[in-house]
Amino acid sequence: MTTNSTNLLSVEGVISGYGTTSVLQEVSLSVGRGEVVAVIGRNGVGKTTLMKTLIGLIKNRQGIIRFDGKDISALESHERARLGIGYIPQGREVFSRMTVWENLKVGEMLQQPGEGVDYERVYEFFPILKERANQRAGTFSGGQQQQLAIGRAMVGKPKLMLLDEPSEGIQPNIVKDISRNILKLNRELGVTILLVEQNLDMIMTMAQRCYVMDKGKITHELANEQLRDRDAMRRILAV
Amino acid sequence: MEYIHFAFTAFYQFGDAFAFLVLSAMGLAVIFGMMGIINLAHGEFIMCGAYVTVATARLGVPLPIAMLCGSLAAGVLGMVLERTIIHRLYHRPLDSIVATWGISLILTQGTLIVLGSSMAGISTPLGSFSVGNYSYSTYRMVLLGVAVLVLIGLYLLFHHTTFGIHSRATIQAPHMAKAAGIDTGRMYSLTFGLGAALAGLAGALYAPTISIVPTLGANFLVESFVTVVVGGADVFLGTAPAAATLAVIKAFLTGWQGQLMGQVGLLITVMVVIRILPQGLSGWLLKGRT
Repeated sequence: MTTNSTNLLSVEGVISGYGTTSVLQEVSLSVGRGEVVAVIGRNGVGKTTLMKTLIGLIKNRQGIIRFDGKDISALESHERARLGIGYIPQGREVFSRMTVWENLKVGEMLQQPGEGVDYERVYEFFPILKERANQRAGTFSGGQQQQLAIGRAMVGKPKLMLLDEPSEGIQPNIVKDISRNILKLNRELGVTILLVEQNLDMIMTMAQRCYVMDKGKITHELANEQLRDRDAMRRILAV
Repeated sequence: MEYIHFAFTAFYQFGDAFAFLVLSAMGLAVIFGMMGIINLAHGEFIMCGAYVTVATARLGVPLPIAMLCGSLAAGVLGMVLERTIIHRLYHRPLDSIVATWGISLILTQGTLIVLGSSMAGISTPLGSFSVGNYSYSTYRMVLLGVAVLVLIGLYLLFHHTTFGIHSRATIQAPHMAKAAGIDTGRMYSLTFGLGAALAGLAGALYAPTISIVPTLGANFLVESFVTVVVGGADVFLGTAPAAATLAVIKAFLTGWQGQLMGQVGLLITVMVVIRILPQGLSGWLLKGRT
């Protein structure tokens, strides 16, 4: 694991968990600027805990989380988010009794000084969010809520987006749609992406690099070429 | 003509009861609905509003401005208490009841010790008007107008401002709101302050109509708790319809059997509502919605 100044996010020896149990056991990983990196692993290996630890909903007990060169381990979630981290949680968690527009409005908190907000791009990617701006978010289907959750994280033009199982419980054609839009976001605006996923297709279409996680530890790191080898991927995931 | 006079009397009674229920319950409803805290110091925020209003008015400050001062003073007191005590108890609802009750006792007795058992009041402004053979207090009608304006103002605040959007996001999904960059601690503090300021406003508005004693908050407690229990957790879908329903019951029973039966009617209503709709009116109206 290399740490250098081009890394937007670097995690070193992080231990965290719930109560007295540690779920993450000295996790280290790094994500370079403009990279799309995936963390893959079966259910219950600590992927969601990793995401929650990065955004600060769970505090790490040991180790360092560095974002944009600065140690953010001691910061509260909202302070981390305001540095430019868009978090799209597992299960979406849109504000269901608020309208679609109000949900997007919350996303403005991520905007950086002098950077402003970008509704244009959100509506270009997900036209439904403009068409149904006044509909309550709770009435949306799973796929629509996922688009809203991503749109909410996009509005403030984040530097890094954390996606926790974006394909979970969503129809395959919408998954494709979402993958394409996230890649576009990465290519056109240089947004760095870290996603946690179990869906092999999504990882193979999106990620440039991949970490494999098992029992709270990073067990493998796969380079781009290895990601293209479906059989090798299957073997690793079956570990 | 008789019918018109009768209809006006009924409307006046209803309006008077509605204004009292809305104004006395609003602060309690905001704090309970937004934060889940049952604030037993609600009456003391009302008392604070009344005392500050009377004290500033007696210094020669115009009454509306004195009332604003009363409301603001209660709001500041609320925010200070939130930062020092209440914020430690967000995940301990029962402890928060005990703590706010303690605050209530300290404030009541503290006021008694420092300011004595009563304070010279101020007279009810605006005089009266008559319809038919009866005369009515103009100020009571003004209070009805203020109650409606407060409801509209709160609706606009919660639905059309960034503060409102952030505070609703915070109650619906506190963790997600925090991860989306909202300082939820600050939102709770401001919301508690708003609730306290609304309670203070109730005290300020009714200060000219009551005697200024340290226990004056108790006059508002039954009505405010009954309204919030009947209404449930949603400020707009709960408190406003609950106040309207209860105002009809109270006005009818008071007109028919007197003040005491009005109170009895409210308490019977709340018992029936708890039995049938444990989540209150808003819980029932929101059922099936996510």
